[in-house]
Amino acid sequence: MIPLSNFLVLAAVMFCISMAGIFLNRKNLLILLMCIELMLLSVNLNFVAFSHYLQDISGQVFVFFILTVAAAESAIGLAILVVLFRNRKTINVQALDTMKG
Amino acid sequence: MTLTLQNLLPAAPEMFLLTMITLLLVIDVSLPERYRALTYQMAQATLVGVAVLVLMFYPEQQVLRFHDTFVNDALAAVLKLAIVLVTFFVFAYSKPYLQDRNLFKGEYFILGLMAVLGMLVLVSAHSLLTVYLGLELLSLSLYAMVGLHRESITASEAAMKYFVLGALASGMLLYGMSLFYGATGTLDLAEIARYLAGGTGSDGMIVQEFAGTRPVLILGLVFILVGIAFKLGAAPFHMWVPDVYHGAPTAVTLFIGSAPKIAAFAMLMRLLVDGLAGLDSDWTQILVILAIASMAIGNIIAIAQDNLKRMLAYSTIAHSGFLFLGIIAGTQAGFAASMFYVIVYALMAAGGFGMIIVLSRTGVEADRLDDFKGLNERSPWYAFLMLILMLSMAGVPPFLGFWAKWSVLREVVNADMIWLAVVAVCFAIIGLFYYLRVVRMMYFDAPLNQARIQAPAGMRVMISTNALAILALGVYPSALMAVCIAVMQ
Repeated sequence: MIPLSNFLVLAAVMFCISMAGIFLNRKNLLILLMCIELMLLSVNLNFVAFSHYLQDISGQVFVFFILTVAAAESAIGLAILVVLFRNRKTINVQALDTMKG
Repeated sequence: MTLTLQNLLPAAPEMFLLTMITLLLVIDVSLPERYRALTYQMAQATLVGVAVLVLMFYPEQQVLRFHDTFVNDALAAVLKLAIVLVTFFVFAYSKPYLQDRNLFKGEYFILGLMAVLGMLVLVSAHSLLTVYLGLELLSLSLYAMVGLHRESITASEAAMKYFVLGALASGMLLYGMSLFYGATGTLDLAEIARYLAGGTGSDGMIVQEFAGTRPVLILGLVFILVGIAFKLGAAPFHMWVPDVYHGAPTAVTLFIGSAPKIAAFAMLMRLLVDGLAGLDSDWTQILVILAIASMAIGNIIAIAQDNLKRMLAYSTIAHSGFLFLGIIAGTQAGFAASMFYVIVYALMAAGGFGMIIVLSRTGVEADRLDDFKGLNERSPWYAFLMLILMLSMAGVPPFLGFWAKWSVLREVVNADMIWLAVVAVCFAIIGLFYYLRVVRMMYFDAPLNQARIQAPAGMRVMISTNALAILALGVYPSALMAVCIAVMQ
């Protein structure tokens, strides 16, 4: 039996990696989208671990909803990325600086 | 509880809205281009229908449905009416703008209605799951709306920024929710509140020792607050607000800046007051910091802006700081004051961005401050309406915005936080400067161009109603205030 804390630490590490990815990444927007997915997956892991530990099904129901929403979210994110690429011919994060003030 | 029609009726507005959205989606696809106005008319009719249904099923007392994940109470009903009303104005303002720019497509209205559905769900949320689903339905629609103008470089860039930061905020909020779920073992906000109060769970058992899970709860609370602050655009999580407001088409900025603020207030109420009331000593301190930072950054940086949309974006940040004040007070009167504030703010924001649309012409965005120079010479009536809106946002009596600021400040003073009220008043006075600058430009500067203002008649009537309502309600603020107070009891 793997203790609950192992899952929580793994989820926390995944969450931190994704946060670091979002803030440190300065090159590629696709990596940003991957980091967002990773962040949602770390939350899912948290929910499943708690759900199993508490013997309560509602956490797993929540995970299904998060998975569905994450799919919709990445669909919209990729759509915006395509629009952006058509206009700017780049997906470099540092190029997103036309507005100032 | 079995699923009979009778049991589902408290959610009738949402179900009606969803049905109409799917219907509109099908109709809009098969509609020839010259009948596009039909989509707009049906969208407006849908909003009216939702308002009627909300009134028809106005709850006498709190009603819980869908396994206690959905609540219909007076707070939900009044906020839903406010959301629908503001959206009705927003759609009416948007129509001429979208037609001028070849953006008059069904997407704007369908996505807008979808966002309204998200807001209604959020307002009626009684479980962490419904909060999340409502919020995501709202946010996803808004991301797509910001990117509606596909050829615009700034709009696509704004959409990308909004999407990345919004998704980050959702992730934070979710992580906080997962910690709360782990600590309390439930997603239901009322049960979380019972757990935090140290009472009994739904199964009648005494819940376990509260103290052991306290560090987890505090950590979760911080994540949830960061998520809320991001969504509300409160400093220091406000980075997206100016860019999104500036980059998005004005019709979309108008939408984002108005009705979703009411939904964000509802989220704040549901999560913090309904769910986490037991941790109020902790979240009050965090909210104080957020409120002061928002008022400072919003009011000071707004002075440096030469674009009206950016200036109003910073003013939004400042207003969200004021919105927190009533919740910090932590009393029912304080919550009512905050609710009053957010409804008033949504009306003022709709009018303010509406004026930008009134002044814009085919091919010209009137979003620079210079575009308002000498407005009094070009059109004394619109200058007068803008005067009402700006003075109301600044909080000058007798306009409605003054009563909003006055009521939250009064509650802060009643809660023995006089120093906070003094800080807030200081920042409000700083804020007065940039609102009055717009007024000065309108009345004392020479106009840069003499182009005739082309707004159609319907738009003129709507924007006049909006601004005059702010003046009239400012003279008799007690009616709206009484509604807010009644709702909180």
